[in-house]
Amino acid sequence: MSEPAKSRDARRVRGLSDRTIAWLFVAPTIALLLAINIFPLVWMIRLSFTSLNLSMSYLPLRFVGLDNFTDILTDEDVWFRLQTTAQFVIWSVALQVVIGYGLALLINRQFRGHSFWTTIILLPMMLSPAVVGNFWTLLLQPQIGPFNYLISLFTGVPPSSFSMTGQVSLAPWTIVLVDTWMWAPYVMLICLAGLRSIPDYIYEAAEVDRASPWRQFWSITLPMTMPFVMLAVLFRAIENFKMFDMVNLLTSGGPGSTTELVSITLKRAAFEKWRTGYSSALAIILFVTVFGAANIYVKALNKVKQR
Amino acid sequence: MTAVLTKSTAHSIVEASPRAKAVAGGLVILYAVITILPLLWIVATAFKSQSDAIAYPPKVIFQPTLEGYVNLFTVRTRQTPDFIAKLPPPETWYDKLVRQRDMVIAGPSKVVPRFVNSLIIGFGSTFLAVFLGTLAAYAFSRFRIPLADDLLFFILSTRMMPPVAVAIPIYLMYRQLNLTDTRLGMILLYTAVNVSLAVWLLKGFIDEIPREYEEAALVDGYTRLQALRKVVLPQAVTGIAATAIFCLIFSWNEYAFAVLLTSGEAQTMPPFIPFIIGEGGQDWPAVAAATTLFVVPIVLFTVLLRKHLLRGITFGAVRK
Repeated sequence: MSEPAKSRDARRVRGLSDRTIAWLFVAPTIALLLAINIFPLVWMIRLSFTSLNLSMSYLPLRFVGLDNFTDILTDEDVWFRLQTTAQFVIWSVALQVVIGYGLALLINRQFRGHSFWTTIILLPMMLSPAVVGNFWTLLLQPQIGPFNYLISLFTGVPPSSFSMTGQVSLAPWTIVLVDTWMWAPYVMLICLAGLRSIPDYIYEAAEVDRASPWRQFWSITLPMTMPFVMLAVLFRAIENFKMFDMVNLLTSGGPGSTTELVSITLKRAAFEKWRTGYSSALAIILFVTVFGAANIYVKALNKVKQR
Repeated sequence: MTAVLTKSTAHSIVEASPRAKAVAGGLVILYAVITILPLLWIVATAFKSQSDAIAYPPKVIFQPTLEGYVNLFTVRTRQTPDFIAKLPPPETWYDKLVRQRDMVIAGPSKVVPRFVNSLIIGFGSTFLAVFLGTLAAYAFSRFRIPLADDLLFFILSTRMMPPVAVAIPIYLMYRQLNLTDTRLGMILLYTAVNVSLAVWLLKGFIDEIPREYEEAALVDGYTRLQALRKVVLPQAVTGIAATAIFCLIFSWNEYAFAVLLTSGEAQTMPPFIPFIIGEGGQDWPAVAAATTLFVVPIVLFTVLLRKHLLRGITFGAVRK
């Protein structure tokens, strides 16, 4: 007990005390986050109780209590957007998990050249969703785009008979498709880490017990990689719930409002209609939703990890 | 040969059979080829002429031209053939190329300033985030900080907000502070977003450096700061570099804040590229050229980062 105390004193003589250093080092980061994240957040909470509209900012700030919140929560359109968003999140994450996990299983067989091909597969997720999303509009053009052309080559459907971004029945699947193209590698990478974390001797023991490959998968591989899969789902679900850039450029919410994710609704309310009070309330509702869902999920994740 | 044989027999139980490997390899390569096709199409489109880019059926074989790149960097005006005939002969190859289309270069386009914005904002915010992040990560890793876990979670939770939601109050705040559409404003904002990643990643990297090294240095008469500079930082260099690249990629690719908070002065590439228009809609070869130039650095970084990719994308939650 006296030993560390002595050395702490000695250190203070030679320079700043550890405690001072700790605070000096942490403080700038906290200060920056307070200024850029927390202060605006608090301000936004305040504004969410007002009827502020930036296109009529000459009006005095009027407090309307919970009106914005009741407006939003009783608005059928908002519920539709939330449903659209939920469907997008569920389908894209599900597809990414299936494809990502499958790819990870295959890559884990360590065939020759696997690290080169893995790097190739990883490329889409590193690119800017906006820049790439914009380019997908060319790839998906009904007449001139290579996507429809390839589909017609394989199925015989005339390439101009369908529009991936312009058709109500297809557009929601298009954003799922492009998102999966970008992010399946993400799930793959995390699952691969999971697969590699399983020690060989477990499989060796299973082999000695003559467990079939199928059985090995269900009772060893899947349960042992579950925490990794769940982590990937958590990150992807949060990211896709926030999704704005790719969809804004690919379909900008259209046709009609079939792909209008809630972020796009928010952008329209805040930066096109300039309904700042209303959009602040919506933003807070979204934040509470993500934060709450993520917290519940993390608890579940920790339970799975402990098993 | 013998080494390979002994290896495969030693692991025969868990290692996949050659056939299973071949099947796996085939499927993965097929997926990789499909996934890379859109990117190859972008690179190819950049070398097409306007009419080839929007031809039906889509052209795989075409006469390559640098028109897309020339159009990206210039502003052109259409002239009558008579007018062009009267001009002195073209001075450069790109003048010549443009005149073949009955056009004359009127000046440089905005792409260079936008690219410069992307560079300044990207590197500026990366430097700040890594600097602040290293200090904070070191403190979290080495000192007992009250409520450390809560603080770390708070730092991370700032990432959970949808960017559009964050942009609303930032927009109002920046309007008051005259920071809208300024590089400084964007640097501060991206630093705030990146610092959470930097703290989490760097804490993981610094945690892995044994404390004994520093303690030895302290015993030798170094102060804490000297020990940090001369012992810890040199060992954390790879981690810091990897973190920096992740921050840079985020700032480079970011679109939501950029499109909502900048319009001219400080606009970066992502909101600019979709608005590269020619006569009648997007000038696809020029868009493709811009996309290629924009994406190439990221591809290089991805290859460099391969080993640390997993850590970076999971905020250090998964390490290998």
